[in-house]
Amino acid sequence: MAPGKISPPVERLRIETSDDLVGLRRSVRDAAIATGFGATDQVRLVTAASELARNIVLYAGSGFADISPVSRQERRGLRVRFEDQGQGIGDLDLAMKDGYTSGCGLGKGLPGARRLVDEFEISSEVGRGTVVTITKWL
Amino acid sequence: MPSDTPTPANTPNPRTIKILTERENEILEAWIENRVASSDFRETLISGEELRSDSQTFMRAFITALANSNTEEMRGKEFNAIRRLLLEISEARAAQAFSPSETAFYVFSLKESLLPFLRDEYKNDPELLIDELNKISKALDKLGSFIFVATIKNRERVIRQQQQDMLELSTPVVQIWDRIICLPLIGTLDSRRTQLMMERLLERIVKTRAEIAILDITGVPTVDTQVANYLIKTVTAVRLLGSTCIITGVGPAIAQTIVHLGIDLSGIITRNQLSDGIRLAFELTRQRVIPINSFVDGETATEKGDSDERVQSAHP
Amino acid sequence: MSAFRVPILKVGDVLIVSIQSDIDDRTVIEMQHRVLEQIERTGARSLLIDISLLEMVDSFTGRMLSDIAAMASIMDSETVVVGIQPAVAITLVELGLELKGVSTALDVDDGLRILKERMREKQRRHQYGTRENLAAG
Repeated sequence: MAPGKISPPVERLRIETSDDLVGLRRSVRDAAIATGFGATDQVRLVTAASELARNIVLYAGSGFADISPVSRQERRGLRVRFEDQGQGIGDLDLAMKDGYTSGCGLGKGLPGARRLVDEFEISSEVGRGTVVTITKWL
Repeated sequence: MPSDTPTPANTPNPRTIKILTERENEILEAWIENRVASSDFRETLISGEELRSDSQTFMRAFITALANSNTEEMRGKEFNAIRRLLLEISEARAAQAFSPSETAFYVFSLKESLLPFLRDEYKNDPELLIDELNKISKALDKLGSFIFVATIKNRERVIRQQQQDMLELSTPVVQIWDRIICLPLIGTLDSRRTQLMMERLLERIVKTRAEIAILDITGVPTVDTQVANYLIKTVTAVRLLGSTCIITGVGPAIAQTIVHLGIDLSGIITRNQLSDGIRLAFELTRQRVIPINSFVDGETATEKGDSDERVQSAHP
Repeated sequence: MSAFRVPILKVGDVLIVSIQSDIDDRTVIEMQHRVLEQIERTGARSLLIDISLLEMVDSFTGRMLSDIAAMASIMDSETVVVGIQPAVAITLVELGLELKGVSTALDVDDGLRILKERMREKQRRHQYGTRENLAAG
């Protein structure tokens, strides 16, 4: 994990149904505004979060998202960590490739989400679950 | 003299704190006097009032910090408060044309002023004196050098702001006609500039309800794959808004580069001359520019001579 | 509590769908069904989707817009999406979603104008086709 001071999570949100996505988007947006991000970056963060959270709903059944402000030296940023205990991703490299689609004809949207943020970390174990952490700096 | 209980290596002896607190005013006077008397002091730049006020505030904050925090690490809210104070002082002094060195030496000079008072207290304990002087010296050294760090950070902030201003100045969006805007790009396109340029362009498109946005790249020195991607990205975003982007200023060099690099510009409208781009913009917005004396009695004249004759005969 | 439904208005020959806030996936899908039903029921040939108040479009929403346009087209209706916000447009491009096949316009005025032009063009082609057929005898 990248060095830097991490404040305790401001919010932990349960992600289970598509209704939860609306709440998550609102929380990420509020946090982004509070951190000081401009309009375009706000939309980037909310969109990336929506993609990743939807993955949880679609593929893992349930999970949660932790939204935390972060700082490194003098820079401020926002970090959102998604965790689930779902089926996990077998081939991460493949999943991170543009144009990858899983069985139901939907890509996992991972490469797209990665382009919207500054730092993107993913770890996954088949049968155990997945953790995706995104960070954006001011 | 009773021996004191040993204190941790990094905290000043309680006796030191006591002396500093009890004789604070004397020390303050000595410090100010030394400052004013020093060869590098420039009295025209700062008033006696201000010097006294700043010095008093600083000393008080310093003594409080010494009493309550770890001088080795200099963390905690007291030292943070001092650093904030020093930031204010150094910014104020910079505005008054003091150099960072002068402000730093101002802090260092407190050491000298404290010496006689500590020597007095520890006159029977030379080892202790050295220890205490060392601790205070270290703390003041760090604070003094903090000033340099703060100055550099401040200058970096100013530079960043100026860069931002330059970026803004270099992306002027011009309204050419109703619903037609033009953005002449000048200089190299990097990721940051592209970002800013796109945001401004798109905002202006929405604000002016521009149907056409002409992006002129005559002033962009090199177009490589990266720049081409930025342009494609911009054109796509403009299209999503519901407008059309025309790229003009595409000369032979750029055309060759694009083909050689195998960049696919299909779906992107390009023109060599800005004027051609403007002409196309008018067509796309269902407009046309015609000479004024073209229409006479409902007919279009082909020469100026013709129309003059017709005008004369209409008014005998 | 009744579920929220996206308002769909019929103005002349145009169906206008106005998405005014962030909505959940279920409401989106429900809206899609209802739009197609309305196209069938009213015979509307034009569909205008206004997302000028939508502050985020992710891959799901983007796909939904593409799908609606495609489905409407199969039912012989033209679709225009209006009001994509600048920040949303930039994010869509970065996500890699170009919404190909979806016509866009700056606002409702432009959207209606474009739909009208398209209808006229369609009728012209239709008439031409008919005349051709008649001429061919």
